[in-house]
Amino acid sequence: MDFQLSEEQKLLKDSVERYLAKNYSFELHQAMVAQRQAMSAEIWEGLAGLGLLGVPFGEEHGGFGGGGVETMLVMESLGRHLVIEPYLSTVVLVGGLIDLGAAQWQKEALCPRIIDGSMLMALAHFEPDSRYEISHVACRAEPDGDGWAISGRKTLVLNGPVAEKLLVSARVAGGPDDEQGVTLFIVECDDERLGGHEYPLFDGTRALDIQLDGVRVGAEAVIGAAGGALPLIERALERATAALCAEAVGVMQRLQEMTLEYLKTRQQFGVPIGRFQALQHRAVDMFIQVEQARSMAIMACGLLSSADAFERRRAVIAAKEFVGRAGRFVGQQAIQLHGGMGVTEELAAGHYFKRLTAIDILFGNSAWQRARFAQLRAEAPPAAFTQPRKQWKRI
Amino acid sequence: MPMDLNFTAEELAFRDEVRAFVADKLPGEVRRKVLEHRRLRRDDIEQWHRALFEKGWVAPGWPVELGGTGWNAIQQHIFDVESAAAGAPRLSPFGLNMIGPVLIAFGSDWQKQHFLPPILSAQQWWCQGYSEPGSGSDLASLKTRAERRGDRYLVNGQKTWTTHAHWADMIFCLVRTSSSGKKQEGISMLLIDMKTPGVEVRPIVTLDGEHEVNEVWFQDVEVPAGHLVGEEGRGWTIAKFLLSHERTGIAGIGASRRELSYLKHLAGEERDGARPLIEDPLFRDRIAQLEIDLMALEWTVLRVAAAEREGKAPGPEASILKIRGTEIQQTLTELQMEAVGPNALPFLPMAWGDRWIGPRVGPEYAAPLAARYFNYRKVTIYGGTNEIQRNIIAQQVLGL
Ligand SMILES: Cc1cc2nc3c(=O)[nH]c(=O)nc-3n(C[C@H](O)[C@H](O)[C@H](O)COP(=O)(O)OP(=O)(O)OC[C@H]3O[C@@H](n4cnc5c(N)ncnc54)[C@H](O)[C@@H]3O)c2cc1C
Repeated sequence: MDFQLSEEQKLLKDSVERYLAKNYSFELHQAMVAQRQAMSAEIWEGLAGLGLLGVPFGEEHGGFGGGGVETMLVMESLGRHLVIEPYLSTVVLVGGLIDLGAAQWQKEALCPRIIDGSMLMALAHFEPDSRYEISHVACRAEPDGDGWAISGRKTLVLNGPVAEKLLVSARVAGGPDDEQGVTLFIVECDDERLGGHEYPLFDGTRALDIQLDGVRVGAEAVIGAAGGALPLIERALERATAALCAEAVGVMQRLQEMTLEYLKTRQQFGVPIGRFQALQHRAVDMFIQVEQARSMAIMACGLLSSADAFERRRAVIAAKEFVGRAGRFVGQQAIQLHGGMGVTEELAAGHYFKRLTAIDILFGNSAWQRARFAQLRAEAPPAAFTQPRKQWKRI
Repeated sequence: MPMDLNFTAEELAFRDEVRAFVADKLPGEVRRKVLEHRRLRRDDIEQWHRALFEKGWVAPGWPVELGGTGWNAIQQHIFDVESAAAGAPRLSPFGLNMIGPVLIAFGSDWQKQHFLPPILSAQQWWCQGYSEPGSGSDLASLKTRAERRGDRYLVNGQKTWTTHAHWADMIFCLVRTSSSGKKQEGISMLLIDMKTPGVEVRPIVTLDGEHEVNEVWFQDVEVPAGHLVGEEGRGWTIAKFLLSHERTGIAGIGASRRELSYLKHLAGEERDGARPLIEDPLFRDRIAQLEIDLMALEWTVLRVAAAEREGKAPGPEASILKIRGTEIQQTLTELQMEAVGPNALPFLPMAWGDRWIGPRVGPEYAAPLAARYFNYRKVTIYGGTNEIQRNIIAQQVLGL
């Protein structure tokens, strides 16, 4: 077991952090959000220039050939600087789906354009009735000539407004909650049968609700096996969930630093407020949560490459549950410790808090993850926990 | 070498070796007592101590030439987790983890030759005489006096909360040898034979009806000057050295894993209406949260252990292990008690003995759970309360 980063990983971490520290100020974030801008083209170019948009793709497609750890390093930095650019949706989520499911010729066509930053994509999977349920897909695709016609609604397409293409999940067979029968299609955003509207989320990022009225796509638009896309989507969401945990660690770490800074400088009763023990202990509890959230993010990202699907799943679910809970705690305490300043638009702390709140909700909040975790155990209890059970003396 | 979170082949082989050893050498009766929360006697702990001693595994933290194992921190963690999870009792820490390392670092040659071997072999039991009635968290205010008289010290005063003083052969004590200057600088460490005239042990009974802790009184107790550790006035430095030597084992991961599986076992046995309690979504939710909290702590321990193995100073995350470890232990006892519902109420301490044949109320497994819940309130108090731990982190890690 080894937690140390390789030289290459250290370089990656340093280069992202250096670039963002130089180019991504909180003012830039504020200005984009105020102007309802979903992203900055310059920043995206900058990230492309560093090779970051190719992290999940194999070297044969011009990518970095990275895994969970590399993605973790990038995401943590993005979180630290409150970056709203569509890295998670285009690179981790769509990139993950392409990496895991696309045919060779599709990769050849799509990867270079994602990697050089000229094309953004987004995943349109969740629907108005999904809540957090991944397997819920009511959207339908009917055979149409040698292609398909897709109809239905999708909601909360993260970073959808800036995408050129969407990956849309739709059902080719079965009922809305069946495991089988889901297919993933590439859909062009300029399709005239695709309607919808864009809106901001409370963290300043932007999303899309769409309505598909018989959008036609050819057979070549299918990613992965027809009718068998659900495991693919689950796997990619697993990667994205682990990545979100890493982002949250970056957000929390920065928020904790800002709070400590404030405790040391803000004076009341003639002393820095950090002298008050009630606040010191609150700060320690924040620290405890951040450090453990970091352990969980490392665990989830590091085990993404594990061949043991149960272990992987358990790790990601547990990490998201913990990180969601920790993020809520750290965010709430940070605001409280900033007093009135904490609730202003002006101060960065509030925006970090909002992003943590959004991260908890995305792909299933803590309560939901906890319920899944409890279920997991019922399905396949890990050997270590069942073993002693056999030895109890019965009364 | 990129980050790799899987155990290596050697680490897995070591884990298997530990498992096999525990399965082979841990006496079944002792194991059962630990798993079912029965009262442990000194002899139960000694049996396991001796098994480890014979194997050469009893003092992993000591230098190899003095009886240590040479394990790195990850191996040490694997050993802690595997043995505790399988039902091995916790060995008495006072000799092996406290005074042993202190003597190795500060003791005279005579002290090392005289005291270390019987610690290893469990022929001598130690207890820790730090706390006094007026000096708990503010330990440096301690008053027990030791006056130098020729080649002896004369000790007068009182220690309290002394765990296992009634089993111990020796006590290591912080005593005041000077009352001028800074209060920390007047403190020294003395090793005192419990059989010396003038030493009196009085039991303190705790909430759970147990006798674990004691008052230890000293009246004109004569201690040879050769029993002073290090120099006069260095006692505080030595005590702090001890604190900085607490290892990852303090998180208690293995024991908590064991208690978590016991909790699931209990929740599987207990019925909530028509279904087992473990199928109640609310109860299951709380177990899930606890299990996830334990994972978060365990991965933090692994980070600390891996850094230690690389020879790095422990990162700031090391400071959270005691706080989170003890909080989790307490939650486990709380949920175990809750799991059995009203059957936690009957209080029949004699019925948790290993040879009770009298009548019982409720299932046998329910009987000790409330007592254990009461007993475990101690873990956030002893060894520096969790409030004091938070003060230390605030000052030393966060710079507040
Ligand atoms: C079961 C058990 C076994 C023990 N075994 C031993 C042993 O073998 N040897 C030994 O020497 N001692 C032992 N102790 C003693 C233990 O170390 C002390 O109880 C502990 O240090 C706390 O001291 P106190 O009990 O005097 O509490 P106090 O120091 O009086 O504390 C009372 C409360 O005030 C809080 N408090 C105190 N100071 C501060 C502060 N500065 N900031 C915030 N909060 C504060 C504490 O956290 C606590 O909540 C044992 C205790 C127990 C309960």
